Amino acid sequence: MVSRQTLRKQPPETSSKQANGEQKAPSLHVESLTKSFGRQTVLKGINLEVAQGETLSVLGRSGTGKSVLLKLLIGLLQPDSGSIQVNGEEVTNLPLKELNEVRKKVGFLFQQAALYDSLTVEENVAFPLRRHSKMCNDQRNKRVRELLASVGMEKDAHKLPAELSGGMQKRVGLARALALRPEILLFDEPTAGLDPITAAETDDLILRLQKERHMASVVVTHDIHGARAVSDRLALLRDGEILIEGTFADLRKSRDPFVMQFLHGS
Amino acid sequence: MANSANIDGPGTLSVTRDLVVQFFEWFGNLSIFCARWVWAAFAPPYELRELVRQFDELGSKSLPLVAIAGAATGIVLTLSTRDSLIRFGAKSLLPAVVVFSIIKESGPIITALVVSGRAAAGIGAELGAMKVTEQIDAMEASAVNPYKFLVATRVLACMLMLPLLTLISDFCGIVMGWVANTAAEPISLQLFIHDGFKDVTFNDFLPATLKTAVFGLIIGVISCFQGMHASGGTEGVERAATNSVVLASLFIILADVLLVRLILVFFS
Repeated sequence: MVSRQTLRKQPPETSSKQANGEQKAPSLHVESLTKSFGRQTVLKGINLEVAQGETLSVLGRSGTGKSVLLKLLIGLLQPDSGSIQVNGEEVTNLPLKELNEVRKKVGFLFQQAALYDSLTVEENVAFPLRRHSKMCNDQRNKRVRELLASVGMEKDAHKLPAELSGGMQKRVGLARALALRPEILLFDEPTAGLDPITAAETDDLILRLQKERHMASVVVTHDIHGARAVSDRLALLRDGEILIEGTFADLRKSRDPFVMQFLHGS
Repeated sequence: MANSANIDGPGTLSVTRDLVVQFFEWFGNLSIFCARWVWAAFAPPYELRELVRQFDELGSKSLPLVAIAGAATGIVLTLSTRDSLIRFGAKSLLPAVVVFSIIKESGPIITALVVSGRAAAGIGAELGAMKVTEQIDAMEASAVNPYKFLVATRVLACMLMLPLLTLISDFCGIVMGWVANTAAEPISLQLFIHDGFKDVTFNDFLPATLKTAVFGLIIGVISCFQGMHASGGTEGVERAATNSVVLASLFIILADVLLVRLILVFFS
């Protein structure tokens, strides 16, 4: 059985690098990001930075705009104002062709995995490769097998998504998100709807992949234990604004009643 | 009385205004949608593999239904027309009446309505389900244009398959028309075909068959539009499927009125 205590991420390398004055340009830089739907302002001037190899978890109650934030980062939604830079390139208002080039560098694991239900597991993983790589069939099949093996799903390659459990679907979704070797990975509620053991296994998988591939990651979740396990830093959203940002220890030190309630659940 | 009018008046006006705004908003969104899929369809790279898959989905899977509907139309048309023609002493015109009716109107419209019922509901539900389960978002996030991959392929498949399905429906209708006629009064197929087609020209046949490409366009565009704009879980999917069938069938009938008139003007 996988215990979340054993999974916890070590303090990030970026901290020591920053201390030595070797700070890298952030993979993801968000400034004054605002988004409204009708009269409802969901995000009010969000500022975030995520460096390469770093994982930031965005926490908050349901309906506070966490998933909207991820969709803004990858251009599925357009912000009302503010700036989003991916590897130093501004992505708001990019033409579709250039935006698609940026999207190839970003993997996205959706909340319900969003696997194409008419395609098999291996076809789902091969989908981005078929369109964006010049691999021959043999190379592509080999890559798909590697990706499925990396998430422990190689035996289910010929199954349809409907034949898989929620946890298995998320693993396949993760393999598909990794297909184009992204530099940034976005997770929308990676453990939502999973039992504690499967959730811990999913956290373990995310940690292992981060360690192997050294990507910048943003994890949107309301699972404080999962966030603690996989993250270097956490940001807590309330009413469309970031209430507090820092390590888990920083959040624990906070005396804010909302932060305390969120951490302790009462 | 006056007070009642004052109370009711603004309410009615407001509802009417909202309906008019919704009507124009719907057509505005449909126009933007059409511009996006046309742009996506003609810009490389082309999704030929998916297009072929849609040919199969739409063509081979609609084939039995279209053949049965065409055959039934031929039988009904023959039985009902035969009785009338006998009364007017024009029984010998039966093959020509059946052939003309089928190739000029019954075949195309019946085929379009049958495909509308099957394919429009299927496309509306499929894309609607993909929309509400974020599969379309996932496609966009993978840098694949859903207007190219999902919409353009389905609309083109509808446009190209409808004329072919109409030919099959026409064939089944004419053959079963002969069978129905032979059951009442034996006549050779050769003679039936000869009498039926002796006055038929390409102007009778081609425009009527090719107009189904427009019906295919309507089926593809309406059902994809409804599917791509679905929201609200399973209820939204159901609404997309129902609206696809209802609107596609309605627009097919309205388009037929216009197309019949245009064909009469340009090909009579």
